[in-house]
Amino acid sequence: MNASMTGSDAAVAGERSRAASPTAAPRRNLRAAGAVVFWLALVTLPLWLTHVGGYTALGTKILVYGIAALALNLLLGFTGGLSFGHAAWFGLGAYGAGMTLKYLAPSTPLAILVGTVVGGIAATVLGPLVMRRRGIYFAMITIAIGQLFYFIAVRWNNVTGGEDGLAGFERAPIHIGPWVYDVQNETKYYYLVLVCFAVAVVIMKLLLASPLGHTWVAIRENRRRLQFLGVRIDLYIWAAFAISGTLTALAGTLNAMLFNFTSPQDLHWILSGNFVIMCVLGGMRKFWGPLIGVAIFVVAQDYLSSVTDNWMTAIGMLFVLIVLLFPKGLLGMLGRRGKEAA
Amino acid sequence: MQLLLFNAFNGLIQGVFYALMALGLALILSLNSVINMAHGGFLVIGAYLAYTLAPYLGFWGALVAGPLGAAVIGLIVERFLVRPLYKRPDPLYTLLLTFGLALIIEDMTRTIWGAQGLPFQIPDILNSSVSSVLFFITGYRVLVVGITLLVVLGLWLMLRYTRLGIRIRAGTLDLETVSSLGVNIYLLRALNFALGCLLAGLAGVLAAGILGLTPPMGSSLIMPSFVAIIVGGVGSLVGAVFGGLIIGVAAGITTTYFPAASDAVIYLIMLVVLVLRPRGLFGQEGLFE
Amino acid sequence: MDEFTRRRALKAGLALGAAPLVAHPILTYGQGESPIKIGMHDPLTGTYAAEGESEVRGAKMALEEVNAKGGILGRKVELIVEDDNANAGLAAQKAHKLIEKDGCSMIMGAVSSATALSVNQVAAQKGVPYMVTGGHTDPVTGKECHWTTFRICTTTYMLAAGLVNTLASKFGKKWYFITPDYAFGHTFQAAYAKILQGMGGTVLGNSLSPLGTTDFSSYLIKAQSTNPSVLILLVDGQDLVNCMKQAVQFGLQKKIPIGGGLSELEVLRALPTDARLGWWTLEWYWSQPGVPHVKEWVEKYKKTYPDGSYPSARTWFGYAGLHALALGAAHAKSIEPAKLAHALEGMELPPEVKLQPHKVYFRKEDHQLMAGEFPGEIKHDGKYPDLFKVAEVVPGDKTALPASETGCKLDYPA
Repeated sequence: MNASMTGSDAAVAGERSRAASPTAAPRRNLRAAGAVVFWLALVTLPLWLTHVGGYTALGTKILVYGIAALALNLLLGFTGGLSFGHAAWFGLGAYGAGMTLKYLAPSTPLAILVGTVVGGIAATVLGPLVMRRRGIYFAMITIAIGQLFYFIAVRWNNVTGGEDGLAGFERAPIHIGPWVYDVQNETKYYYLVLVCFAVAVVIMKLLLASPLGHTWVAIRENRRRLQFLGVRIDLYIWAAFAISGTLTALAGTLNAMLFNFTSPQDLHWILSGNFVIMCVLGGMRKFWGPLIGVAIFVVAQDYLSSVTDNWMTAIGMLFVLIVLLFPKGLLGMLGRRGKEAA
Repeated sequence: MQLLLFNAFNGLIQGVFYALMALGLALILSLNSVINMAHGGFLVIGAYLAYTLAPYLGFWGALVAGPLGAAVIGLIVERFLVRPLYKRPDPLYTLLLTFGLALIIEDMTRTIWGAQGLPFQIPDILNSSVSSVLFFITGYRVLVVGITLLVVLGLWLMLRYTRLGIRIRAGTLDLETVSSLGVNIYLLRALNFALGCLLAGLAGVLAAGILGLTPPMGSSLIMPSFVAIIVGGVGSLVGAVFGGLIIGVAAGITTTYFPAASDAVIYLIMLVVLVLRPRGLFGQEGLFE
Repeated sequence: MDEFTRRRALKAGLALGAAPLVAHPILTYGQGESPIKIGMHDPLTGTYAAEGESEVRGAKMALEEVNAKGGILGRKVELIVEDDNANAGLAAQKAHKLIEKDGCSMIMGAVSSATALSVNQVAAQKGVPYMVTGGHTDPVTGKECHWTTFRICTTTYMLAAGLVNTLASKFGKKWYFITPDYAFGHTFQAAYAKILQGMGGTVLGNSLSPLGTTDFSSYLIKAQSTNPSVLILLVDGQDLVNCMKQAVQFGLQKKIPIGGGLSELEVLRALPTDARLGWWTLEWYWSQPGVPHVKEWVEKYKKTYPDGSYPSARTWFGYAGLHALALGAAHAKSIEPAKLAHALEGMELPPEVKLQPHKVYFRKEDHQLMAGEFPGEIKHDGKYPDLFKVAEVVPGDKTALPASETGCKLDYPA
């Protein structure tokens, strides 16, 4: 719970400061301060999480899903493409990493690289099928693609382990020259994931600040106008799709190594749907919205399911209430402006 | 060859079932603009109500009462949860809402009736084959096909000739104009939503005759119905029916030759349709984009 | 000292290869007379919720008995139950939670095979004993076996060995199979085919049905067209309910005898009366006249859970699982993982825990419990709970594949 709180507090601090302060300079300072608090909270997380009822693997999972949801939101919130198939890239990354460790070589960096590249290539190659579709058609075509990968994983028993999932691999210590970083340790793995998270966030922030990112938002806001201006919208959507898929695959590789296991459920449309829901929960027009959504979703599921058998009702109520009371998602309501806050 | 014909025909019967569910989904999608993720939930409500009422009303009574119960609950849900969201154009919010609802319904069903699967008994007359050669044509399947035909015919007559039906069709095309002509579109949408839930409940009772009755039973049936709508064409009720039949037959034939792909084939068909003819077989251009 | 450092110390000890011996004093020192915690993950929601609930009920009965007799090594035992929703990722996450946050010294549970395999990975990595109650897939005590993992429910080969002779001698040797299309089904069918062909029988065909199939009519049509002497349904759970309902509507049971692999009381209960028929194997049954302690235990169950239900094989899995962990600790005089694991190896379950006639013990080589199989016939038109007639109880070591053929190599730290 508290992992998310600190994260949101920081982001909230940033938002509030911007709304409250009349001049630009103090506002910027406060935002910077908020960012420092946010990252500091993440860096120190293994120290305090256990004292507030959490455990390291939970923090790691929030970051892993956070990468996936933030990446999905590039497409969903910023470009306006309703992808219901992001579990495909997540799962491809997971199987890519798992199979690398199991069949190729016991190397954690190689596993991350292979999984990310496999998922990224798949998203890039299949992007053209998707890029001209909109709305519900975009959603359904991505579901179709995702489900086809799901069925491949389920049926190809000898290689993927089928329904039982892929086991029999584990993340390997990382050797950098003479120095060994033993990621088998839970806390050390958390920091590896945190580094990946930070890299992913920097990439996404840079993209959104670039002309490419501005064009994405423009497509979302007024597609037709851009068309009249002669912009090749489909190519921009393709780019968003490919980049978003690649980063989601990165999250998948980290997820496989978190539990040293992956199963077809990591490819199923239900997981894709959950990613979308996390984005909407937190607020998909804000850069950090999806992370808030992830934290709420993961922590609520983890906490409530320990407390009551009726946790599904509790989570369902949470969804219903957030939709009815916070039309722009939690973070969306906290800031004044509805537009992106990256 | 005979085996292929058997399976194709058998798939057609299965497709009728998908069509029934897809019809309800399509109604709600067209007029209420809701991607109803809780459709499987209403299916389960119909089935469990029928199971509970069958000892008192008999199978036939329960076949009517179960769906009606689902419709009533649908009416309540529409009034208090869905209606506040019509103002927001983005379908993502109703999607999140109905996703939450689906969780609540499954969990409440489990709490009330228990996780243990329940034995739903159907009348003996339905529980046997019609002929010994075509042994897969059972009394029950004849019933399913018959009811679906009645429903399709009834819907068609209603949409074509009744005031409510004409308004629903008009609303699907242009809700604002219908509203400005003095039609109470809130009532119209509420009735339409309830009608969709009624069809879901009906599908639920019929499913309980051939499937195990458990709280999550709806979730495995919902995706094929969405696929049916896309293949048939969004916004077209005829399309929903044909979409259901097509994926039913395709799954039946694939099972004969390549069973491993029998559940993947419907997604493959959807993919091909979306790439080659995005609006589906009977769909309108540009709807819900 | 909090759990976090304790776990780290334990892991460091294991990683160094020196040992559990180093970690052990820290463990007991850290906990003092605090309760011993056993973590349990099982599906309480989703497709397997009924089976999960049965297992938890059994474990709770055992917990009460263990505590009434003074707990484990004089310390009270606590059972912490977590819902895994039959989702492998969530199960692994909950295993982390149980070990890291709650400080459980042992874990148990699983209905779905995927969750058993994912938690198997976590338990091995953390060096925590893991008692698999109900995940049937072979690799758990085969290729993916670990020194930390033990299993109560039987392997596919054991399930197959129980019934083949009866069916072949009664109905004939030309069989058609409908098999669930995943590892459990494949190995199950291979075991059946091997035994059948060994006695001169033929496999007429084998339809692989995806897990979660709702419409079995295509498979039934195919099966019927080959005119087999027995139709063998190896599907389980909800798939078996769907398949039986549809087979009976087709009237197949009037033409072809129907038999199958694993069935469960939960499944039989979910079938309408006219679909309750055929030959199956249960892994435990509540009615065993003349076998000591069984009747008393069933009475006790009914008093503890007065909702009209009867204990199933799943209930017994949970019950035997928790008792086995407690007995192992008592034998080892320690809850230190390696000592506990060694104590469990070869350990025989006493009559009041095994609740069946033959010898039941954990095989040393692969940590598989050598439990009996209960092949028999479903009572047609039976009323719950009297749904099954046990033909015989086959002892586990007669049905199990030799340990050398399971592919298991236990990976004790040096």
